[in-house]
Amino acid sequence: QGLLRRSVSHSFLSFASITGACRAIQKLTRVRVVDNSALGNTPYHRPPKCIHVYNKTGVGKVGDTILLAIKGEKKKALIVGHKMPGPTMTPRFDSNNVVLIEDNGNPIGTRIKTPIPYILRRREGEFSKVLAIARNFV
Amino acid sequence: SRINSDGKPAKFQPPPKPVIIDKQKQREERRFLSPEFIPPRGRTDPLKFYIERKDMIQRRKVFNIPEFYVGHVLAVTTADPYANEKSSRFVGICIQRGGKGLGATFVLRNVIEEQGVEIYYELYNPRIQAIEVLKLEKRLDDNLMYLRDALPEYSTFDMNMKPVSRLDSEEIPVNKLQVRMKPKPWSKRWERPKYNIKGIKFELPEKKMKEAQKWSQPWLEFDMLREYDTSKIEEKIWKEVSEALQK
Repeated sequence: QGLLRRSVSHSFLSFASITGACRAIQKLTRVRVVDNSALGNTPYHRPPKCIHVYNKTGVGKVGDTILLAIKGEKKKALIVGHKMPGPTMTPRFDSNNVVLIEDNGNPIGTRIKTPIPYILRRREGEFSKVLAIARNFV
Repeated sequence: SRINSDGKPAKFQPPPKPVIIDKQKQREERRFLSPEFIPPRGRTDPLKFYIERKDMIQRRKVFNIPEFYVGHVLAVTTADPYANEKSSRFVGICIQRGGKGLGATFVLRNVIEEQGVEIYYELYNPRIQAIEVLKLEKRLDDNLMYLRDALPEYSTFDMNMKPVSRLDSEEIPVNKLQVRMKPKPWSKRWERPKYNIKGIKFELPEKKMKEAQKWSQPWLEFDMLREYDTSKIEEKIWKEVSEALQK
């Protein structure tokens, strides 16, 4: 009954959290795809969920790669922002943001409108292509 | 014209003396002591707070931290090794001020491209290069965390906003805005009396508001053990800080 209370709209852009406990990204977190790729923006009856975090701990923070399940397919993605407060002076976003990525690190979309934290620039080598398509930085 | 109706030259009348409004005096009349100077209630040695205050005053001499409250719109430039031109600017509304002493913090919130962003800044962090107050405006509450559950229009501020000019008069205007919320569920149950929020326009049915009052604790305001009278401490610290800053 609690699930039916929420409006099941195909715009997964408006997120209100059901679980509020661990607010960084781990297995089964629903995630918001932020780039303009077709996979990320076509509506589907299930929101994209994380199924694996490529990390020693199962908790993903900004800059970690995760495996997403979107539209019945598995796709890798890069975390660009989460709801959990990080180190001081870093931005905290109101939704868990993710950018779809290929296995070699190339982003699938061509533009990222939402702001991206400057901390990602630390690993400029791995994420240079993602940072190149980003428009706003915070 | 220097000639009277008689035809004789008029005596030179010097212009009236200009009235000099001494801004420093006005500012002293409005004493604002930043809340992080007031030590928390406890059994720690006042020497620790004294040493911390000296460090805070030292930092304030080098870098001007303006007077601001929750609800002001600020623009903060920080030094960032990963930003272009090594410095990044963020504009946002201050939703919370916390911490005491050198660890004093404030949270700025803004909505950029329909994405809400909050940054948790430390007041005395040496990475901060400038803090400008763009809009001076107090709100009805001390804590604006409910803006996260309010409609995003209440937290959007233009990044290139110009500072709103205001006279250097005594009072800071209080904005009695009643904010409209997104549909429930919210991150916290803001209708409950423990949060004591006056700045939300609750559109909930009367039944829910009455049910929320079940959690009210009316005995709290009469609890004498919770009293912490800071007026005398504030006076002392204000004297100390203003003298040190004027040197």
